[in-house]
Parts: sequence; C-alpha cells; structure tokens
Amino acid sequence: MAVEGVDPELAEFDVRTDEILVNMGPQHPSTHGVLRVVLRTDGEIVLDATPHIGYLHRCAEKIGENVSARQWIPYTDRMDYLAGMNMNLGWALCVEKLLKLEAPEKARHLRVIIVELNRIASHLVAAGTYGLDLGSFTPFMYAFREREKIYDLFELVCGARLTYSYITIGGAMADFPAGWLQRCERFLTEFEPVIDELHAVLTDNAIFIRRTAGIGVLPPEVAIDYGCTGPVLRGSGVDWDLRRDGDPWYTRMYDGYEFHVIAQTGGRYPIERPGHPVPAAAVLGDCWHRYYVRMLECVESMRLIRQGIEKYSRAPGGIGEPIKLTQKLPKGEVYLETEAPKGQMGFMIVSDGAAIPWRARARSSSFCNLSVLSELCRGCLIADVPAVLGSLDIVLGEIDR
Amino acid sequence: MADFFANWLPNWLALTLAALVHVTLILTLALTAAAAFTWAERKVAGRIQDRLGPTRVGGRFGWLQAVADGLKLVSKEDVVPKNADPLLFRAAPYVSFCASFCVYLAMPFANGWVAQPLDIAVFFILAVAGLEVLGVILGGYASGSKWSLFGAMREAAQVVSYEVPLALCAVIPVMVAGTMDLVAIGNMQSGWAWNWLIFHDPFLFATFFVYFTCAVASVNRAPFDLAEAESELVAGFLTEYSGFRWSVFFMAEYASMFAVSMLASILFLGGWNGPLPITVWLGLAPNPATGDAPHALLAYLGNFLGMVNLLTKATLGVLVMMWARWTLPRLRIDQVMTMCLKYCIPLAAAMFVGAMVYAYAFPAGLIFRVGGGG
Amino acid sequence: MEFSEIAKKVSERFGDQVVGVVADAIDPWIEVAPPAIAEIARFLRDEPSLRFQFLHCITGVDYLQTDPKRKIEGQPRIELIYHLGSLAHKHRLVVKAVLPRWKDGIEGQLPEIPSVSGVWSTANWHEREVYDLMGVRFLGHPDLRRILCPDDWVGHPLRKDYEMPLEYQGIRGR
Repeated sequence: MAVEGVDPELAEFDVRTDEILVNMGPQHPSTHGVLRVVLRTDGEIVLDATPHIGYLHRCAEKIGENVSARQWIPYTDRMDYLAGMNMNLGWALCVEKLLKLEAPEKARHLRVIIVELNRIASHLVAAGTYGLDLGSFTPFMYAFREREKIYDLFELVCGARLTYSYITIGGAMADFPAGWLQRCERFLTEFEPVIDELHAVLTDNAIFIRRTAGIGVLPPEVAIDYGCTGPVLRGSGVDWDLRRDGDPWYTRMYDGYEFHVIAQTGGRYPIERPGHPVPAAAVLGDCWHRYYVRMLECVESMRLIRQGIEKYSRAPGGIGEPIKLTQKLPKGEVYLETEAPKGQMGFMIVSDGAAIPWRARARSSSFCNLSVLSELCRGCLIADVPAVLGSLDIVLGEIDR
Repeated sequence: MADFFANWLPNWLALTLAALVHVTLILTLALTAAAAFTWAERKVAGRIQDRLGPTRVGGRFGWLQAVADGLKLVSKEDVVPKNADPLLFRAAPYVSFCASFCVYLAMPFANGWVAQPLDIAVFFILAVAGLEVLGVILGGYASGSKWSLFGAMREAAQVVSYEVPLALCAVIPVMVAGTMDLVAIGNMQSGWAWNWLIFHDPFLFATFFVYFTCAVASVNRAPFDLAEAESELVAGFLTEYSGFRWSVFFMAEYASMFAVSMLASILFLGGWNGPLPITVWLGLAPNPATGDAPHALLAYLGNFLGMVNLLTKATLGVLVMMWARWTLPRLRIDQVMTMCLKYCIPLAAAMFVGAMVYAYAFPAGLIFRVGGGG
Repeated sequence: MEFSEIAKKVSERFGDQVVGVVADAIDPWIEVAPPAIAEIARFLRDEPSLRFQFLHCITGVDYLQTDPKRKIEGQPRIELIYHLGSLAHKHRLVVKAVLPRWKDGIEGQLPEIPSVSGVWSTANWHEREVYDLMGVRFLGHPDLRRILCPDDWVGHPLRKDYEMPLEYQGIRGR
C-alpha cells in the first residue's frame, strides 16, 4: 500500500503502524518561539502538519487603540524582535505617509544603514539557528558572535540591544555618536570572511545539502497564493522585492542606492560564488534556496550599508525631529508595507483626527509564511519538519503580535 | 594473574580475586576515561565554536569540571514518569552500561595485559558491544512517551544495521592476520609503523576509514546521532532520564566510543606498538632480531609504555569523533540507513574481497612487511 | 493601471454591486456589497489586465462610539478592508465591504460575508484572525475557528465594546 504523494522508496523505511498524532509542543528546543505543530504521521512520514499559534498573542493592535502613534513604537519592536529596527521603520513610515511628513535626507540614509544592519542581524539568526535545528552546533556560535558586534553598534546608537524604539515618526531618536561610522565600517570588514566561513560549514556542506535540498519545495504560484513574501518568495524564483517594487513612499528611501534583488532569474543568482555552484540536488523553491537567498542578502545589505555610510556623510542638515508625543493625526487611513528581513511587514493606521489612532493593524510576513507549512510538510519525514520550519524563518512575536 | 594468586590461595579464591582486581582496574580506567572525555568534549566543543569551554572548576583549564558535573548529576531528583514501566525504566541504563563495559574484558591493553585472554576476542567484543542497543530500546519503550519510542526505534534500526558493516570491516584485518586473538594481532604489528595492518595493503587502508565511519554510527555520535537529536525529539530515548540514570547512559556511550576506538587502534594502528620500536631500543621488549628477552620488571615497564601508547591512539580516535560531532550537521534516518545499506556494506564487502585477493597474490606482502608475521 | 481605470472596469462588470468608489484618499478604495465579495475577488484575480493574485491583508475595523469625545462618521458598522496587489502589473487596490455590527441587529449574532479563501489561500488564516478578533463569520470558510485566542475564549477582543472577562480558567483578567 503506497501512501499518497510519498516516494515509495521512503515508504520502505516506515514502521507499519496506525497513524500517530505527535505534538511538537509549544516548548521545543527550536528558537523560533512558542509554536505548536501537530503532526499526523504514519511511522516516520508526515501526513499532515497543523501549526497552532497564539501562545504569544499580546493583542498589540488593541493597545494601539489606546496609546498615541509614537507611544506604539515600542510595541512594534516586540513583534519581530530579531529585527526591531525594521518594525519601527514600518510603523514610522506608515504614520509619516498619513501625516505627509517626509523625513530629511540625512535621516533617510541613517535609516538605510540601520535597517540593513538589522537585516544582517536577522539573517544571522536565521542561518545560525537553522544549522542548530539540523544538528550543526558551530555556525550558531559564529553567527551569534557577529550578532554581538551588531548589538554593540546598536547599543551605542540607542542604548538597547534588542528592542530599540529608535527609528521614530519624523526621523530617528538621536544621531549617530562620534566614531560610530568608523566602527560600522570595521564591523563590515570583519564580517566578510565570516560569511565565507558560514558558507563552508553550512551552504557547501554535503550533509547540509542532503538535509535541505529537494525538501519542502514551494512552487511560485503556491507561494503567491499563500501570501508568502521575502526570502520564502524569492527562494521560489519570484523576482519581487518591495525595496524596488513597493509603495513609492517606501521605495524613495532607497533612491540612489544600487542593489541586486536576490532571486534566481534565468537559472542564475545575481551574485555568483566562483567555485561554488548551486548544488545539483537543489530544486528551486526548496529549503536550500530559501536559506541561500538569505545568505546572499547579507552580502547585498553590506553593499547598501557602505553606500549609506558614504551618502550619510555627505548629506547636509540634521536627522529631523520626532513628532510630538500627543500630535494629532489627520483623518484618513493608510496601509504601507516594507521589506523586513523575514518578508513584507505591513502596517495600517486608521485615524479619526485624534492623537490616538482609531485602529492600528500589523500584517506580519511570518503569519502568511507559516500558513504554507501544512502544504510543505505533506509527505516528508518527521526529521524534515524542523528543516522546513527553519527555512521559513518565522518568529512568533510577529505571528501572534 | 589467577596463576599468580594460586601460589598462595586455593584455586577458587585465586580466580575470584584475580577477577576482582581485573574488574576494578578496568572500571577505574573506563570510568576515568569517560569522565575525562566529558571534560575534553566541552573543551573541544568550546574551541571549535570560538570560545573557551570550562575554565573555572579546577584552575585555568577547568579539568575538575567532570567531577562537578558528576556530583551535580548524582544529586538530582529521582524522577520516574507516571507512564513509565517501573522495573524496565530503572533497569535500562544498567543494561547499556554492562554491555559497554563488558567489552573491556577481552580488550588487551598491552602484550599479555588482558582481563580474560580469549582466542575469539574480536568476535566477543563485537557481540557484546551489540547488546548496548537493548538498553536503549528498553529505555525508550519503558519511558512511556511517544518521543522516546521514536528515538529508541530509530536507534535500534541504526545500530543493528551498522553492526553488519562494522563486523565486516573488523573481519578483514582478522583474515589478514589469521587469528581473532587480539593479543596476537597486536604482537604481529610490532616494530616500525609500516608493520601496522593499516599499511599492509591499500584495501586495509580504505577499510580503516569505513570501519571508523561505521563505528561512529554504531555509537550514535554525530553526524549519526539522531537518536539524541535535540532539535527534533528533545532527547529521543533519553528524554525522560535525568540525574544519575542519564549519567549512566552517557558513561556507557563514552565507554563505547573509547572501546570502539581502541579496537580500531589494535586492529589497524598497531595497538601498543608505536610508530617507532622504542621499547626494543630501550631494552624493555624482546628484540626480534637478536631474541634477547628483558628482565621481568623491565618487561613490565615496556608493557606499561605500550599501554600508554594504545590509550593515546584510542584517545585520538575519540577526539576525532568529537571533532566530527561539532562540525557536521546531522543525517536523517533514511539517509543513515541508505548510507549503511547502499554504501558501507558494499564497500566493506569489496574491501574484503580485495584484501583476500591481495593476501593470495602477495602472501609475503609487497614492500611493507619487514618484521612481524603475515 | 491607474485606480480610476481599475474602478471603472470593476464597476462596468458588477454594476450596482460596487457600492462606492473613493478616489481622493491617500489609499483610494472601492466599496462593494458584502454578498458579492467572492465573485468580485475572483474577477480581480483572474482578469488578465488586473491579475490581483496577491492578497496582502484583510483588516477589520469596528466603528462604534464608546467615547463621547470621539464621534464616528456614519452608522456603527464593521468595515472589512482587503488589500490586494499584483506582481505582474505592479498595481495595488483596496476593496472594502461594510457589514452591520450584529446580524439583523440581534446582539450576539455575528455578521456574515462570503469567504474569499477559495480565491486566495492566504485568506484562510486572515479570515480566521478577523473572525477571532473582530467577530465576523465567513461563509464557506473550510475551517473557521479561533487562531490567536484560545479555542474556548469568549468574546471578540478588537471590538470597541469588548470587555476583558473577569476570569479565564481561574486566572483573573482584571
């Protein structure tokens, strides 16, 4: 009896029993957060994987109806807490679009530097914990060592290591301290060889490739249908990045910046690594490609930061003033999506003219990325579920809000 | 040693005493080795991960960390899950432990230094080492948890399957040496490094690496450690074990690693005979050229040096296993089984045939057989 | 395509199902009658010149005056806002459907609207969230149950007249 949709070769290895319902409970040694996945398995083969969320639900959207726009910024930090700056930026840009308030040039470049630095930090967590999920303990340490350096940079700029509330409506809370730009440059120089180390230990490692290539293949139409965004979408070959294709209010932040959108078009990635071709076993849309897109995005982010540093140094004026805490917002509703490290993070504000919004909505990328888990896990082995979950790179803070 | 005691004591007492002395020595050695390996594992892991590892307990290198860990584990609360089978759950660690430690009974540490000299030592060791999986299955089943059961089943499949290529690879040097007696195999490789069986022919050279891989798989070390896969099954069959019982399982694992490594050293790497025949030069071992035999006490010293030599080689093997664990990701169960059935067994069989043909074609060896037998 | 063209296309096709077109907001929107939402969604996705294959977000906004100082415009209602995007043509659209706060005015009966999860699979989870937090029933949804709140939670938290329960399974709420 062949199980539907399963490679008959795999079926040889399963223990012929009735279906078992296995719980990968909310407490689990994966650092993705409090997620419960209920697996219906036939031996080792997963027939159905249902994620249950809501363990981290703090109803930030209700709180958004009780505090002013600027007071809600710390709540956005705690959504995708691994990329707090991107969350702050999303909300700040959304409210600025409502206010029709443009942040000054210098603030624009400052934001690019900070946001791309946080993108590198978030992708380091994704890569490190992905290795950890698959049993490779060392790249986790290397990735977090680099993350510590980014934490130090952020601590110098705003005083906090993880939840920043730094980018605010109107600009940023404070300008870079003296010597920060040189320190940032030094970090970038130290970081480049580490990416190669991570490639050697993970990307090009034969066992890693066997664990991730061909697993969890997501066709582009399914990805678009399920609302997947970010590296999950680009890993399936769809050339879509909001920094280039999004709302003009957001894309003008990247005016004058040169960067590649990391997606495999025409069979090739925009960045080639000589001597390390894409492995033959990797199918477009599988876990390996999603992971690889993140690694290449780190390189692109470094490019953006270097351009940002140069533009910031040449920009005249100041970084602007944040709006008053109790500033009244004009009537209207605005929805704006930004390209956060994990995908497209959308914020919506509905205002009736008061200082406190009538409705604040956060649309997170991981919410939609996770919904495709049941599609991807059908027919794979139990050991593949952490591989797929790790490649989706979710964080429960932004799923549950 | 029993004969030594029999000079003064009645036979049965002499035997018992000799057995007790042997067991005490072996337990001391194996337990100390296991404890030292826990420290070494943490240090090696730390250094590979660009950090230091334990540095506080016992001075700058933290070498008393193993003692601290042991004390902590012994003092933990004794937790037995409600669903667990009371007798089997408690017995499982000791089954594993006994299987792991019984291997040392037939393992020679130097020429003539073996607890129980056996003509079929290799066979005995492989057979007893395979019993360890019983403890794992018992532990996984008796824990009363689905996750433990999964881990136990995976491990059972893996270990039992890898017994086959392991045994095949172990048989090849036995065939070339012509005996299963480990003392004889060790003595055969005395002299310079080129007398080692690993250099006897290219097939044995390749066999060593296949053997080592199968050994890593049969003791459940990464990249084959899915039975303890943290990120998937919490800790597999070990999930419900904590405190002293957990430490017994781990002593068993480290003892197995050490034993398998020691077997590799004796079968392939010359055992207690070093790369250089130092003991012959120092007059501590019989000189094959002149036939001089040293004084009994000097022979004892020579044997002691040999034992240190063997233990060093075995330790190096264990360190390589640790290195592999902290560098490589983990293989999935079907990939592990594929590797066993589609790669290791055919390779081992091919090496077997190759070694057989080689021994038939070049009975006196090609270049590398200078001293020693063939 | 510009918003006015899109709005014209949809109005021509669906006539009086398109209840309103607001072009002068920051994010212009089309308002549709709730029973027609699934049909219109399918048209928007499949029409070659529109190709709105990407559903970004479904938001529910509750308009009820609970604070005397903050007046609402219009009647108490729940607005469902659908944000659509097209990867092929790179245009965006906002579609709104206005629902009564309670079905037939009876308190406790949730308002209903056809589900669009047959058109965009991502709507499955978004609609579950709107059901959970705002209390809107989606007809034809394959698996309408709470997603963020626990399964036995009472009430819909994001409604303006929601009160935190005094106790939940023995834990004090306030």
